[in-house]
Amino acid sequence: MAEQALRKAPLGGFNGGSAAAHVSAAAPATRLSLRAAPDAVAALSKALGLDLPTRPKTSASAKGQHALWLGPDEWLLIDEQGADLAAVAAKSGVLHSAVDVSHRNTAILVAGPKAAQAIASASPHDLSASAFPVGACARTVLGKIEVVIYRAGEQEYRVECWRSFSPYAFGVLAEGAEDAAH
Amino acid sequence: MLLIHCPYCEEERPELEFRGAGDAHILRPTNIADISDEEFEAFFFLRDNVKGLVYERWRHIHGCGRFFNAARDTVSDKFVTTYKAGLPRPDLSPAPKATETTVETYEATEGVAG
Ligand SMILES: [Zn+2]
Repeated sequence: MAEQALRKAPLGGFNGGSAAAHVSAAAPATRLSLRAAPDAVAALSKALGLDLPTRPKTSASAKGQHALWLGPDEWLLIDEQGADLAAVAAKSGVLHSAVDVSHRNTAILVAGPKAAQAIASASPHDLSASAFPVGACARTVLGKIEVVIYRAGEQEYRVECWRSFSPYAFGVLAEGAEDAAH
Repeated sequence: MLLIHCPYCEEERPELEFRGAGDAHILRPTNIADISDEEFEAFFFLRDNVKGLVYERWRHIHGCGRFFNAARDTVSDKFVTTYKAGLPRPDLSPAPKATETTVETYEATEGVAG
């Protein structure tokens, strides 16, 4: 009998897509759902070491840490190094709400010359270069689920979804990536 | 698919990201414990359901999450304008008023397919 439950990644080993758009599971990361009023943004930015974006659809990134604007008082923070984001935010000393969603979400990386088309196969969101440049991010829908899309690079997108929906999201994106190759 | 302008995201976004949330500008009575059942019914349940221009609450639920208000035409489904929650009804005085003679054909409301 096992002494301890083993941690199992929701999409461990998943790989798919096509040469036009490769679809893979992102490495584990810590995540924070952060909410704060405008007067707390400066102190939180200082504590986090990156300027919380205040314009719609924009993000800020530094050293593997990303702050994505989701709403006028809401951000999704992602740290690829696994920092304890709630503890970092607490150092700000200002009123805010911080919920650790590291294990609620998982992420799927879509990369390649037709990565945007692969995502667009199931999402109504405008991913054209002018509407969604590098660094853009948005909460939207993908097929039947809600996701957060972040454009990490010219041909790289990170799709954040809820853990229990991840096999569905992966299937949809892999299918879209195969179609995008034709 | 309709594109709806979210006043918080400051751009048009696909309708699948939105959810309607009933009539806007419904004021909760300040003396809610004193009013009669009939008055409560009128406040809580009874809506005009007009044909033409309506003011509604909408929520960008799969986007920024915000509630906002929209002026929408129930005949054409056209969003006339959207505005932030808490703002007064915009002045749309020259707005066309729907009448009993409004012709509701597919072509009249959606245009001729090209
Ligand atoms: Zn919005």
